[in-house]
Amino acid sequence: MRGAVSVQGVRKAFGEMVALRDVSLEVEAGEFLTLLGPSGCGKTTLLRLIAGFEEPDAGTILISGRDVAPLPAYKRPVNTVFQHYALFPHRTVAGNVAFGLECLGVARAEIGPRVEKALEMVRMPGYADRRIDQLSGGQKQRVALARAVVLQPEVLLLDEPMSALDLKLRKEMQVEVKNLQERLKTTFIFVTHDQDEALTMSDRIAVLNRGSIEQVGAPEALYERPRTRFVADFLAVRNILEATVESVAGGEARVRTRGGAAFVAADDGGYAAGAPVVVGIRPERITLDGEGGNAIPGTLDDEIYLGDRTDWRVRLGGETVTVAEGAATASRRKRGDTVTVRFPPEAVLRLEEPQAP
Amino acid sequence: MSRGRAAFLLLLPCAIALVVLFVLPQALMFAASLGRRSAYGGVIHGFDLANYVRAVQPIYLTILLRSFGLALATTVLCLLAAYPVAYWLGLLAPARWRNLLLVLVILPFWTSFLVRMYAWVFMLRTEGLLNLLLGRFGVAPLPLLYNDFAVLLGQVYGELPFMILPLYASIEKLDHSLLEAAADLGAVPFRTLLRVTLPLTQPGIVAGCVLVFIPSLGAYLAPDLLGGARTVYVGNLIQSQFAVARDMPFGSAMSFLLSLLVVALLFAFRRPLRASREL
Repeated sequence: MRGAVSVQGVRKAFGEMVALRDVSLEVEAGEFLTLLGPSGCGKTTLLRLIAGFEEPDAGTILISGRDVAPLPAYKRPVNTVFQHYALFPHRTVAGNVAFGLECLGVARAEIGPRVEKALEMVRMPGYADRRIDQLSGGQKQRVALARAVVLQPEVLLLDEPMSALDLKLRKEMQVEVKNLQERLKTTFIFVTHDQDEALTMSDRIAVLNRGSIEQVGAPEALYERPRTRFVADFLAVRNILEATVESVAGGEARVRTRGGAAFVAADDGGYAAGAPVVVGIRPERITLDGEGGNAIPGTLDDEIYLGDRTDWRVRLGGETVTVAEGAATASRRKRGDTVTVRFPPEAVLRLEEPQAP
Repeated sequence: MSRGRAAFLLLLPCAIALVVLFVLPQALMFAASLGRRSAYGGVIHGFDLANYVRAVQPIYLTILLRSFGLALATTVLCLLAAYPVAYWLGLLAPARWRNLLLVLVILPFWTSFLVRMYAWVFMLRTEGLLNLLLGRFGVAPLPLLYNDFAVLLGQVYGELPFMILPLYASIEKLDHSLLEAAADLGAVPFRTLLRVTLPLTQPGIVAGCVLVFIPSLGAYLAPDLLGGARTVYVGNLIQSQFAVARDMPFGSAMSFLLSLLVVALLFAFRRPLRASREL
């Protein structure tokens, strides 16, 4: 299948440092897949292995069904948008975009129109003769995109391409890159450490941690149901509590946290009476008014004002949780108030904690 | 203190050094070149262009041209030999060895150039180290010394570090991701070298060529010791005017012409030179 990428049992170490341990991943043709994780998790290494800049110590990488192990970077049907753009400073904008076409031996008469078309695609017409050092960060970003897509690669690799842009520009570019991908229907593999970016742009997200893929799924699935403690933590499940299961009955598990807070969680089949467990609750799933569900009395400890909402730190005996509340109701409270923390059993996420190898 | 005055004071030592060590000697030499030699090798000052008329006679122009050829050949050979070395040092060599390897490049400077030239004599002469070694394999002694080959060898050997260092400086600064980008866009390694690496390291190439070419133009130790003074280069000519022929005015005229030639060359190549300063 043109554009599909299959990573099978790939391992890569740099000296003592293991960057990837036994990673397998199937990327579907035409999909926008994001590799998400903190720095040093191996996401860039995986991208570089696909591009051909590094060789895996073990495992196989197939692009469009073909094993690319014997292909050097310059023969692979992929192109890369680099983190710091890597535009050739001694060439004009058009010279940069034309570089790949020249390598392919495309006729001179054909290069001009194709470069022009690519620059139009990234909304940079009329910049052909500019020097690279005359461009802003966002413009460089667009030229780097044009330079890669003009070659019509089977897979486009993007290595944290937005990390050097300011927030407003980054939001704009996110939409543009996503639109471009939908128009081209090319497979995009996008590396980022920014969870918002990943959630906005991706068809699917693969979360990496210390050289392993922890979870792969659609943004909604990942957001709604993070499987591991790491994924939950990375996707802003701010209340992660260590607890013990007291009893399991009737589709519900009763747990007690280390700090002494007791509540009921919807049983997903993974709770065992007497066993230790890690659970997560999103701050926005907890209310301070409301009715039903778990109800735990507590005291407002700290207030973090965020404009459109307020984050309360609420002390529940020996436990402290974060509760996000909309601006309308938050203004009525003050530090030291006694409140009742409420959340439904379904809001409690059971999290796995894979043993570090 | 105003900025202008501060800049003036800071530049003053440099200006004094330039005047004392460059402008004044050149002026003295120019003055001498317009005079005549005295019976005992002194200078009788005057205003006479006779020495310049003599200096552009075919016999001396041939010598100048020969020196030019030697300098050009030295520069080209140094560039060809130094580029791979600098490339390896700057991009491929393990980072922790890099400083040690650079010290090895400049290590020869710890020994006087004269001594190193004599070392080459011992290696190249008929009963020298190389011929001794070749003799073991039944090869008859080769005439390695006292010819143009030996002169060129000595020159290239002596100037090589001056080519490696500026090349290294510009190759080491080269953004590695540009080379990856070239490969990513489908450039075979040779194309990357031609279209990316060479153009981007042009400042180092220009600086290295200037640093090698200019001293090579006035070279006289290698021609003297390794060439056996059989072929005269302009450096030897000038040296002998001062030390042997005791014709300081004519030697001064030749020196001044050589300096003019260098300035003219620098002027002709001012564009790439400016680029080498920008980058």
